Amino acid sequence: MAKENVIKVQDLTIGYGERVVLENLNFSISAGEIVCIMGGSGCGKSTLLKHLIGLYEPMKGDVFIRNRSIVTASEEEKKAIMRSFGVTYQGGALFGSMTVAENVELPLREYTDLPPDERMEVVRKKLELVGLADFGDFMPSELSGGMRKRAGLARALALDPDLLFFDEPSAGLDPLSSADLDRLILNLRDTIGATVVVITHELDSIFAIGDRGLMLDKARRTIVADGSPEYLLKNCDDPWVRDFLNRGGLSHNRCC
Amino acid sequence: MDRLKKILAPTVEVLVFIGAVTKALPELFHRRGRRWREFFYYFDLCGCQSLLIVLLLCYLMGVVLGIQGAIQMSKVGTEIFLVDLIGFSVLKELGPLMVAIIATGRAGSAFAAEIGTMKVNEELSALTTLGISQEGYLVLPKLCAMILAMPLLSVCGDAAGILGGMSVGVTVSGIPAAAYWTRTIDVLDAGSMLVGLSKSLVYAVLITLAGCYCGFSGSGDAQGVGRSATKAVVMSIFLVVISDAVMTVLFSFAGW
Repeated sequence: MAKENVIKVQDLTIGYGERVVLENLNFSISAGEIVCIMGGSGCGKSTLLKHLIGLYEPMKGDVFIRNRSIVTASEEEKKAIMRSFGVTYQGGALFGSMTVAENVELPLREYTDLPPDERMEVVRKKLELVGLADFGDFMPSELSGGMRKRAGLARALALDPDLLFFDEPSAGLDPLSSADLDRLILNLRDTIGATVVVITHELDSIFAIGDRGLMLDKARRTIVADGSPEYLLKNCDDPWVRDFLNRGGLSHNRCC
Repeated sequence: MDRLKKILAPTVEVLVFIGAVTKALPELFHRRGRRWREFFYYFDLCGCQSLLIVLLLCYLMGVVLGIQGAIQMSKVGTEIFLVDLIGFSVLKELGPLMVAIIATGRAGSAFAAEIGTMKVNEELSALTTLGISQEGYLVLPKLCAMILAMPLLSVCGDAAGILGGMSVGVTVSGIPAAAYWTRTIDVLDAGSMLVGLSKSLVYAVLITLAGCYCGFSGSGDAQGVGRSATKAVVMSIFLVVISDAVMTVLFSFAGW
């Protein structure tokens, strides 16, 4: 049986003001997939993410999350759609005036009627899941970059969404922290069946977690390859894509 | 047409912001919309922490006004009217104005810098994707805190200003303290107090909206945060002075 399309992007053209960054994008993402949106610096990966999650309005086209358009939705509908997914930002985007636990508790306070002790129990579980059980009372400024990202993930998971977006999860992390985060993403897919969209250009992460990679190209302003990272590395017609995935031929262990 | 659009764009932006804040106002009547923690934080920042500086500056303002008044009035032997001059000037004009200028420097710039930094750290995006209204979450607690803090500070500032004037009246003009106090009670009426308090309420709204607007509209980088804070101070002082002039004319027409 075909899997449900969780995200469908239709004829999407995005940019800033008059400047087009990416145009005529068409793709869909099925339930349970981990999709890496990859490409060189400045190709529009993060801009695309911001359109997928409804932060920006596209110049043209539409984005459907579980068959509901996030572009044409009313403000209230849009909020409801946004509550159905979790987003982890590059720097964690934790609220600096709150402790880590309060950050994770915020969505629960806003959208559930759980009493405070039950909320704190959920917070404890989420922090445990991301390996920050002992850091609930810390302020975000007291955490390392990797810990902030994990705390951001705990907050994104607070309402148990089954669709997650990650913006450059490995950026600025040491290889071990980056691998930990990758393991966590795989674990989330395997345990709760989450659909995951990851914006990254970290090749290690792409090969470790990606079921599928969408390669963006700045010059052509579109998706130039779509397939599993291993398949693209070996079989993609586009030499630029193979070069990208092979670090321009400098990568030993992944070289085909 | 394009030029006209460009000229009108900032005005439209301000109107959209005011509209969004107005639209968020009903949140105050919902249990979840009442953000007491934030309210008390800003009340402490704008009110309690400003009290000493308000008392000191208003006292000194009373002294300066007293000295200038005493010099002129001694020429025509009308020293006793120094009490009227100090009382009315401080209560109707200078008390609320001085508090507004201090609040602009302390709170207005802090609001702009805080929201600007949240923008840089993607905390605003995080709020949106959590489905939480930025205006409801960030502007309303500040607005409520300022609306309560500014009139209270004005009352304290008025008292300090009158005390400053009294110091001069007693020591320089030789008016007995009891006579100065009795005349102050006699000449000042509740109407004068209400004029000052109404002004401080308007200033509170203007300073908060200007600070928050500058924070939201700033560019998302470190320099942008600095520029937002500066812009907030300039805009707030400009708005305070303009509104003071307008209200003074209106109140004087009304005979207050």
